[in-house]
Amino acid sequence: MQAFTRVTAVAVPIDLPNVDTDRVIPARFLRKDKNVPEYASFLFHDVRFNADGSEKPEFILNRQGFRGAGIVVAAENFGCGSSREAAVWALAAYGVRSVIAPSLGDIFHQNCFKNGLLPVILPADVAADLRRQLHAKPGLTITVDLEAQTVTAPEGARHRFDVDAFRKEMLLNGRDEIGLTLGYEAQIAEFEARRAREMAWAVPPRAGA
Amino acid sequence: MSSARTMFEKVWAPHVVAEGPGGHVLLYIDRHLLHEGTTAAFGRLAKSGRRVRRPDLAFATADHYVQTSPASPGPDAEGRGMIESLARYTADQHIVHFGVGDARRGIVHVIGPEQGLTVPGVTLVCGDSHTATHGAFGALAFGIGSSEVEHVLATQTLWQKKPLTMRISVEGRLATGVSAKDVILAIIATIGAGGGVGHAIEYAGSAIRAMSMDERMTVCNMSIEAGARAGMIAPDATTFAFIEGRPFAPRGDAWAQALAYWKTLPTDAGAVFDREVTLAAADIAPTVTWGTSPQDALPITARVPDPEAVPDAGRRESMTRALAYMGLRPGTPLGEIAVNRVFIGSCTNSRLDDLRAAARVVKGRRAVVPAWVVPGSGLIKRAAEAEGLDRVFVDAGFEWRDAGCSMCVGMNGDLAGAGERVASTSNRNFEGRQGKGARTHLMSPAMAAAAAVTGRLTDVRALGA
Repeated sequence: MQAFTRVTAVAVPIDLPNVDTDRVIPARFLRKDKNVPEYASFLFHDVRFNADGSEKPEFILNRQGFRGAGIVVAAENFGCGSSREAAVWALAAYGVRSVIAPSLGDIFHQNCFKNGLLPVILPADVAADLRRQLHAKPGLTITVDLEAQTVTAPEGARHRFDVDAFRKEMLLNGRDEIGLTLGYEAQIAEFEARRAREMAWAVPPRAGA
Repeated sequence: MSSARTMFEKVWAPHVVAEGPGGHVLLYIDRHLLHEGTTAAFGRLAKSGRRVRRPDLAFATADHYVQTSPASPGPDAEGRGMIESLARYTADQHIVHFGVGDARRGIVHVIGPEQGLTVPGVTLVCGDSHTATHGAFGALAFGIGSSEVEHVLATQTLWQKKPLTMRISVEGRLATGVSAKDVILAIIATIGAGGGVGHAIEYAGSAIRAMSMDERMTVCNMSIEAGARAGMIAPDATTFAFIEGRPFAPRGDAWAQALAYWKTLPTDAGAVFDREVTLAAADIAPTVTWGTSPQDALPITARVPDPEAVPDAGRRESMTRALAYMGLRPGTPLGEIAVNRVFIGSCTNSRLDDLRAAARVVKGRRAVVPAWVVPGSGLIKRAAEAEGLDRVFVDAGFEWRDAGCSMCVGMNGDLAGAGERVASTSNRNFEGRQGKGARTHLMSPAMAAAAAVTGRLTDVRALGA
């Protein structure tokens, strides 16, 4: 997994609350391999492109200054709905490294961490103020520093954010989570042995016959 | 009473394998359900040279991409490839698979309970956000992403941070014509689409306790539409009667041991939740959605709301956008909105109780718009046919289809057209969910049946049902 330490990038404001992952990537693209070169074009596809493939000029990522943004500043409950990790893959393919919002869909939030993308929760008024600054002058950058746990606004204010120690360490070092967990093999095996003794009912009968 | 514990806590604690930093724990997973949309995880696992740790705790079926009628366009080559990959991977790994051609195949959240895989006190995950459905049995069940699917396959565990808890109590009796779907839509409208973010919900109260298991599953199913990854209901005699004797349920000594344990799971008196919400059952009416978020729900007797009446600018803008997408004007009575088609199905509402409720409304009437019924599993289809429900639907002009996710997910060829308005028993009215440009109104099976026979959103109580 790609490590995340400190990213400075053009940020795009997305004001709509409750942006669902069907909007982030429509269902018909979920069958696509995430490594295909056109994957970035699936991001926000149906609100970003017309049926003939031309850009919808009103969509914010198609506007001068916001194109190619590497940070998204969203509103409440961004990434709600479907568990599709493809929503994060599409953001990552486009080049987004961090999503800042007052709240995020729980599954989307988890999926970000698995793909080197840092989710940042900031108070609603702070996020709204960041979006205001970005709208005022398209193309401004934000810096997200995971080590220091700060977001530096275009106007210079620095906002501290919380991130739990476990996720922070995994992201800073780009660690493989499965590899880490396999190191707990002894504990897992011991847990299973104890559970088999004390709660034999918890393993379903074979073949269900 | 500091020792009083919530049901969530009682299920969570015994599954902690190890404590990690930052409040994360390594949580053991008792059941892992798989569908063909999660096959990419198998591919990555194989590529990294890792094995499936506990194939005996994984169970698979094909639902998202399958064809539900010979008349449907059906899956394309990529969709078929996913169905075939799942069959191949599960055969290689000796994982039980209810595949195409098996009568037990169906929507993953329907067949888990149907097969007796879903039982109280277990942890259950699936690469699908509607996994909360299984919480209706007092299991801790939640949806996961593709990376987490791979992690569970490899380790049978997940790193999780303990969520906050919320209890939503629905007290009193539901009025005639009001169903479990109306209850959960009313709950989502009350707490909002993000109201449950970071929480595990427990649904409680006399109205919930009076529900059948099919109804409880409808309630828990849409927890994610309120933002919560998990929703639970305390197991009781209704739960135990449902489970006993099912193919994968504990039996013999194990059944007795399980039953004794399950009875200890309900939340203790005096246990404290991070948040409490109470609704009066009598206040809940047959409900429909008007917008593009499940929180945009109102009683059928209401009118399309006016964004101009909303003080918050952000909310006003998103309502305006939703109404433009839905092609609706403020002030229009919801009961006057004409629909183009009806979909009865999905992991929310495709069980036998749902089909019975719809059939009661349909009997002796005719569908005036194209209407589909898609049972949740092959076994439900068979049981419904044994009761003659298929005849009721077919005689009324409905299509009686095969089990699958069908028109809920927009990925298998079962799509509504751009601008088409659908009365749907599914769970999401997002833009484009049922097809690009399709307009979804969520409602109960009885309400969808009423819309089918009148051609508009209809108060089912007016039809005497």
